[in-house]
Amino acid sequence: MYIFTAFISGIVMSIGLCISGMVNPQKIIGFLDVFGNFDLTLAFVMAGALTITFVGFRLVGNFKPLLCDCFDLPKKNKVDASLVGGAVLFGIGWGLAGFCPGPALVGVGLGLPRAIIFVLSMLIGMFLAKKFLH
Amino acid sequence: MNISYVHGLIGGAFIGAAAVILFWFNGRIMGVSGITSKLLSKPDKDFWWRLAFVLGLIFGGYIYQMRFPVAVVIETSGWGLIVAGFLVGFGTVIGNGCTSGHGICGLARLSKRSIVATIVFMAAGILTVWVKKTLGV
Repeated sequence: MYIFTAFISGIVMSIGLCISGMVNPQKIIGFLDVFGNFDLTLAFVMAGALTITFVGFRLVGNFKPLLCDCFDLPKKNKVDASLVGGAVLFGIGWGLAGFCPGPALVGVGLGLPRAIIFVLSMLIGMFLAKKFLH
Repeated sequence: MNISYVHGLIGGAFIGAAAVILFWFNGRIMGVSGITSKLLSKPDKDFWWRLAFVLGLIFGGYIYQMRFPVAVVIETSGWGLIVAGFLVGFGTVIGNGCTSGHGICGLARLSKRSIVATIVFMAAGILTVWVKKTLGV
């Protein structure tokens, strides 16, 4: 069941990325192009997603997750160089291609060769970053 | 209102629902980069749900496309995609998250780290698009 609900979450996320148009790198680059052909769609996606998530996360209150004993939340709370440096590198890659990890993986499901190239390179980057961190 | 804004709001609500499902049922934060990158480590007890989530993302696009049209325009060259993919992979591991983990779940939790990360990656993205357009590449 735990594995099944994760699968369902992935599918719902994927459908959301398709409906919102965020699977299309052109829409992402349009949002980042604030000094040119600015496309505000991503802001509406964030508004929709944040509203549901903000309320949904708080409705849990003192309850436990339905399928396990406790919530697994990030433990770090300090802003450090690695957080900022990583965000800079990610932002540059995001601006270059208009893909972040979620939409790129959906693009693989859409059978797009260019999304597959991006994802393979992304996996290599992730693998090397893990080596680098150790 | 522009119809793509309406699609954005509805699609965004689905993305939020996906984050809430993973949180309520599995007690986990929906961060695509973290879930994907941890599949590259030695498999632990969390391996299968992570794999199921990633397969759900891929499969979701596949079934959506069978029923509805999906417009995707990728103008970046092959080498550009390789460089961009590498930076996204490397950066999200070093920075502990991407648009979903920091930009949605982290902001919803009002996490200081996620607020900083989101501002930084958006600024870096805006600057990159500007530089790319200015240089005409």
